[in-house]
Amino acid sequence: MLMKTTILSLPAEEYVNPGTRACSGCGLGIAYRIALKALGRNTILVVPPSCLTVLQGLYPIAATQLPCLNVTFASTAAASTGMLAALRALKKQDIKVVAWAGDGGTSDIGLQALSGAAERGDDFLFICYDNEGYMNTGVQRSGTTPKGAITANTPIKGKFQQKKDVPAIMAAHNLSYVATCSAAFPLDLYDKVRKAVDLPGVKYLHIQIPCPPGWGFEPRQAVKVGKLAVETGLFELYEVEHSVLRLTGASRKIADKRALVPVVDYFNAQGRFKLLDAAQIEEIQGQINRRWSGSFETAEDTDEA
Amino acid sequence: MHIIDSGNVAAALGVKLSRAQVIAAYPITPQTPLTEKLSEFIESGDMAAEYVPVESEHSALAVCIAAASTGARAFTATSANGLLYMHEQIHWAAGARLPLVMCVVNRGVGAPWTIWNDHQDSISQRDTGWMQLYVNDHQQIIDGVIKAFMLAEEVMIPIMVCYDGYLLSHTYMPFEVPSPDQVDAFLPPYKPAYALDPANPANLNTVTMPDVRLDTRGVTAHGYMEIRYLLQEDLLNAVDVMGSVEARFKERFGRGGDPFYETYRCEDARFIAVSLGSLSYHLREVIDRLRDEGIKVGIMSVHLYRPFPADAIAQGLADAEGVIVFEKALSYGYEGALCSDIKAALYPVNGSKKKRPFVHNYILGLGGREIKTAHLHEALLNSCTSKASAGRAPQWIGLKI
Repeated sequence: MLMKTTILSLPAEEYVNPGTRACSGCGLGIAYRIALKALGRNTILVVPPSCLTVLQGLYPIAATQLPCLNVTFASTAAASTGMLAALRALKKQDIKVVAWAGDGGTSDIGLQALSGAAERGDDFLFICYDNEGYMNTGVQRSGTTPKGAITANTPIKGKFQQKKDVPAIMAAHNLSYVATCSAAFPLDLYDKVRKAVDLPGVKYLHIQIPCPPGWGFEPRQAVKVGKLAVETGLFELYEVEHSVLRLTGASRKIADKRALVPVVDYFNAQGRFKLLDAAQIEEIQGQINRRWSGSFETAEDTDEA
Repeated sequence: MHIIDSGNVAAALGVKLSRAQVIAAYPITPQTPLTEKLSEFIESGDMAAEYVPVESEHSALAVCIAAASTGARAFTATSANGLLYMHEQIHWAAGARLPLVMCVVNRGVGAPWTIWNDHQDSISQRDTGWMQLYVNDHQQIIDGVIKAFMLAEEVMIPIMVCYDGYLLSHTYMPFEVPSPDQVDAFLPPYKPAYALDPANPANLNTVTMPDVRLDTRGVTAHGYMEIRYLLQEDLLNAVDVMGSVEARFKERFGRGGDPFYETYRCEDARFIAVSLGSLSYHLREVIDRLRDEGIKVGIMSVHLYRPFPADAIAQGLADAEGVIVFEKALSYGYEGALCSDIKAALYPVNGSKKKRPFVHNYILGLGGREIKTAHLHEALLNSCTSKASAGRAPQWIGLKI
């Protein structure tokens, strides 16, 4: 295990130019900056249409200092495969390939190519940054939008369906590394990226990204909302290696201290959950309590999180 | 070396000799034996390349797009619905200016399902910015693949090498396989002006504005429309580049020499039939019969369909009284796409005070419907003796309705 990174040991070098086109308070800006520090310069990025495309800027100006191939929506993982094949053919295997897709580009339109690449076992890192909806096109529901959330195409009744558990789907591919992270916990994110890039085969990182316009909160609250998602036990920080799930960082602390923040605090901090009534919130709180009661180690023996 | 083998093997040998570095493949009939053969070459160590068995055709082109963007020579092949499933990526590869080579083993498209030959698959990709080469026999398949890599890389535009499913892909014919040394001397390694590189980073294919825009140094960069204009301009110029590639090929290998089309008995022809692919060799038999019957008729087989060598084609047809276009594809709701293109190419002929030739259009062989020589003879005879319908709509051959 690598030494835990602290704010003092985080590399000072920046790979993102100032003045990105991200919205004010965007969690992706934090995650992207920190993850690129962990990846370093010898990296090529693969990016489908998403908020990251916008963040990186409009031709001919780019916010990133790393080379990047923008690809079609469904093809991120397959393009990563092709890039790796070319690097092998050209004997440049020291260059790392890192895909960055949103939750739509991962859990919906990109899932077939991702599963194919995962099955082939290509040596790359796939990062899903999950802002829980099609935020770039104006906040439509995606496979990872949580139940009850109001979106532009679930405008009156909210989303009926549960959030798709993509990390569990990826863990079922027996990858060398699957981990969840949050933009609100950048050091945990940094350490996981560092760990992932040096492991063989496909690595999958799922980063929760608070989205001020999509979730309905003030830009200055982004980190607070992101922390609440973890502190309420709704979103766990964990890593899966050799089919063993291990909680990390703030989630580890919750498991140790058994101290969950009431989930209502998380819902009240955002506009998108305003349709949830007291009974529904109580039901969700009950689900969280059951999941976190007793031993979380039960979950460690399965890939369920 | 002279061998007897299938059209798919001829294509695979062409890819191997061209030293493609990344092969992406997804199975679809009748393309499959081509990419199976490539996997055999690579697994046996006969060919130094990466073989990526993707989970879809959309991903096959994704692999090729990323591989070429990273600096590797990339190849894939497909047919019919596989080609259509790639459609988004086909546009992307052309817009990204990647010199991919893809064999399209022509097959009809669903619905309803058909696995047999026609040209609807590749013809429906006519407007994507790719070049399209149609070849007529096994020698032209292997030679066409090698030439395609050179042409694509000289103009940085992708190209489809199209050949008939089953009629060519699964039949066995003798053909000459050039030596690796000969091909190496003809085709230099792929060296793009830019390939993705951490030491020299660039953000490729990013969002581009309707208007031109200044970069950080104050230099004006192209807008979307300039980028697309350059694709069109380079495609039009690719006609001449194809002429040059064909001339260089002929000089080195002693074969070919017809970059745009191939003619048979057209020198004094009053009527000229036009078609794509192996059908044009089938039509030669009919031409011979009609010649024996005293009708001065010839056949033009179009090789380069995109970019369309309109001047050369107009020149080849302008002196004829009639042009009869036989097509295994249709622009539904109008007529055969090749027929429309030929009419457009002939339009300026009137400006030179010549009478334009009449143009008849026959649709045939869709979904593998047998093309009978007797039917071709009857249709061509009717057109050459003013017995064919003068209506605008194309005539169908072999229809049993």
